[in-house]
Amino acid sequence: MPIPTPFHERTQLLCTSYRWKDWSGYCAVCSFDTSHEREYFAFRESTGLLDVTPLYKYEVSGPDAAALLARMMVRDVSKLKVGRVAYSCWCDDDGKVIDDGTVSRLGESHFRVTAADPTLHWLQAVGRGLDVTIEDSSARLAALALQGPTSRAILSAASGADLDKLKFFGVTRSAIQGIPVWISRTGYTGDLGYEVWCERGEALAIWDTLIAAGEPHGIEPAGLDALDVVRIEAGFVLLGVDYFSSHKVVLESRKSTPLELGFGWMVDLERGSFIGRDAIGAEMKRGSIWQLVGLEVSWEELEALYASFNLPPSLPVTASREGLPVYDDEGRQVGQATSHTWSPLLKKYLAIASVRPGSEKKGTKLKIEHTVEYERRKVTATVAPLPFYDPERKKKP
Amino acid sequence: MSSKSYDAIVVGAGHNGLVCAAYLAKAGRKVLVLERRHQVGGATTTEEIYPGYKFTCCSYVVSLLRPWIIRDLDLPRHGYEILPLEATVTPFPDGRYLVRDSDPERTRRSIAQFSPRDAEVYKRFGQEMAELGRLIKPLIDQPAPDPLSRDPRELLRIARLGKHIRGQGDRWLFSNVKIMTMSAVDFLSEYFECEELIAPMAVSGIIGTFLGIRSPGTAYVLLHHYMGEIDGSFRAWGLPKGGTGAIANAIASSARALGVEIRTEAPVAHLLMQNGNPATAAGVVLDNGDEIRAKVVISGLDPHRTFLKLVGEEHLDPELTQQVKRFKMRGSSGKVNLALDGLPTLACLPGYGPHLQGGITIAPSIDYLERAYDDAKYGAFSRQPFMDVLIPSMTDPTLAPPGKHVMSIFVQYAPYHLKEGAADWPNQREKFGDTVIDTLSEYMPDLKDRILHRQVLSPWDLEQIYGLTEGNIFHGELSLEQLAFLRPLAGWSRYQTPVKNLWMCASGTHPGGGIMGAPGALCAQTLLGKRAV
Repeated sequence: MPIPTPFHERTQLLCTSYRWKDWSGYCAVCSFDTSHEREYFAFRESTGLLDVTPLYKYEVSGPDAAALLARMMVRDVSKLKVGRVAYSCWCDDDGKVIDDGTVSRLGESHFRVTAADPTLHWLQAVGRGLDVTIEDSSARLAALALQGPTSRAILSAASGADLDKLKFFGVTRSAIQGIPVWISRTGYTGDLGYEVWCERGEALAIWDTLIAAGEPHGIEPAGLDALDVVRIEAGFVLLGVDYFSSHKVVLESRKSTPLELGFGWMVDLERGSFIGRDAIGAEMKRGSIWQLVGLEVSWEELEALYASFNLPPSLPVTASREGLPVYDDEGRQVGQATSHTWSPLLKKYLAIASVRPGSEKKGTKLKIEHTVEYERRKVTATVAPLPFYDPERKKKP
Repeated sequence: MSSKSYDAIVVGAGHNGLVCAAYLAKAGRKVLVLERRHQVGGATTTEEIYPGYKFTCCSYVVSLLRPWIIRDLDLPRHGYEILPLEATVTPFPDGRYLVRDSDPERTRRSIAQFSPRDAEVYKRFGQEMAELGRLIKPLIDQPAPDPLSRDPRELLRIARLGKHIRGQGDRWLFSNVKIMTMSAVDFLSEYFECEELIAPMAVSGIIGTFLGIRSPGTAYVLLHHYMGEIDGSFRAWGLPKGGTGAIANAIASSARALGVEIRTEAPVAHLLMQNGNPATAAGVVLDNGDEIRAKVVISGLDPHRTFLKLVGEEHLDPELTQQVKRFKMRGSSGKVNLALDGLPTLACLPGYGPHLQGGITIAPSIDYLERAYDDAKYGAFSRQPFMDVLIPSMTDPTLAPPGKHVMSIFVQYAPYHLKEGAADWPNQREKFGDTVIDTLSEYMPDLKDRILHRQVLSPWDLEQIYGLTEGNIFHGELSLEQLAFLRPLAGWSRYQTPVKNLWMCASGTHPGGGIMGAPGALCAQTLLGKRAV
């Protein structure tokens, strides 16, 4: 049975829809209201406040901390400056992705790693023989994501931090109402946004301060349903949905490599050894089996398809994780869409998909399965670059 | 004298003019848009009337903008963002209130306070209206059918349309005939029994018309408002981010990217006419005397202005002039826009909450609305008007400084023709504003303390500032005798006019008003289809 997060006392009163789900053993809000629409627009137009405590968090410190993470991560995090954050995935020896998350360099020899799955055992395994201390801080630390165009104004009002100096993927120590916090300019929405990390005992005070500071700028507590829409717009893959941890799957074919997931930019083969390097190097020579792409589903065809049933077009109200087969123009299955959603902002039906080489080029017309009245049909879907949505403010100083 | 020559000149950079220009440019034509004011948009406008506060001066919500236009012109890439407008709250003088929002169960419970029966019927009514909307949709996405045509293609199209309508079953046909002829109240009373629900629903039937909720024909205007669709779901209204002006800017940006030239502060005095019969347009003459030639001129102005000002009676057949003059403009509404120091308190539902993110409708009873109309019939603004109130800064914080708000109040009735004459509006404007604020203060007791600045727009002001003849927000009433093949003139419903090379593309043409874009797009498509340029 999932347990409450440190913010539960507040969120349970606000969650009038009683829509919760289990996120890593915690109760997490799907949407506070019966529809997530207002929360979605808060992320994009004002600010959404999301409890991200269930993320797994680890403190890696000691003289060899940088060496451990450089070995474990696909990205070279040893070069990371203090006060910077890196997004990376990590692999097994065969170059298959285990998980992805952020690495923050909080001090010269203190890093914080976030992960979607429990990772202590892997950190310990990789760090065997190294001079490091690894703490699972998942339960000790509470975390809030404050995401949206007005998030900077809100956080500036609530904390003493000079956020104009905090660059995209920067992290800084600060205080809110005298309570020490870490603030990182990171998030899963693809928008301007921050994450605030504090001791669990201080969680409610931080929540209350942010809500109060947010009122003049617009703030809404937001849940995972809204997050799922914005993260697809932002082109972010989700573990367990768009790909599966190599530690968890039975079938070899279900595993993914960094190159297949669009993480190729993280790879630097010249930098020395890291876990999975040889396999990734071989894959670079050989070519990948899959390619992650964005798809834009033709609304005209959808409308016509529904009209042929004498129905108005209808799509799931929330982002869908139902896997859908994707075909090429000759009817061969060339991949699958793993996440899809209507984007209220872009006015497009979007999908994140994995396709075979040859179908990944921008503008390629593929077909995606769509079911109307129990009948499976195909609708044109055009390959589009990820992210679908990338506002300038995300990285703006 | 400008030496440049264009395929088409669009007069007026309202949203329809811009859409029309964009479609023509997309087809490779050289297009110039001329706008009298300092900014594009016409009545689709956002203006910083008071420093730091952006007012959606005129039109204030959107739902009719055709989805295919949004796609064709790639508007989201040019800054078009629509935020949801979720709830409608109707407060009553006795402290009760009705909330209708996106949560069907909450809405059902709210209506059930007044009538458990109506609470159940409400959902079914919504479904039936959506069905009707779907039935009408092909009508608004195509030029009006021409019943007099002998062109086989046109006959085929009418036959297809007939089949489409018959295909919906007899019941739809009956509902459709009913909705074309009944009053909003009568139509709604076929479904509902409680006035607390009928009154606020019926107001959609009178917006922009000089009719009362018990006047025949108002049921159609109700449907016109139900046809709105956002993301494929009917009856969805939205708030454009940055105000409605942002929509105009997005369309203008798309048009420019397609090669359209847009000149602001370039008022057109009249058409440049070519001698001969029939009257033929050869271009335009600007206020400063400049002449600009083009193969066609497309008027984004209303029918009165187009024929009586741009062309001039001297170039028109007297009977046609009569027809134009009979086309009813009759503005009946005004706007009050407020800059607020903080959120006002809604007496029936105090405190901050999502209900303030939606619309607040002041329409407490059928008699209240009918009395409001009575005042207008005799040439006075309503002493207790119908109001549609929004606080768009609740959803879009960019419209006002942090913690501050803007409020948009659509007010009806404010007849253009006052007893004392339209020109008396400057004398009555502020009194009208006071009436609005006083009435609204009955529901929001602290409203007056929050007001930093007030902008009052009477229909006379709408005419002066935005060039809407008689302040009619739809370029002519949306009544049955002025719709489809009768809009704007019998026999001239296809965007062409009796003046050769003069076309019309705005709300005065089929399918009519609201931020819809369809007249502009259909005009361009018709023009291109006829190879006029």
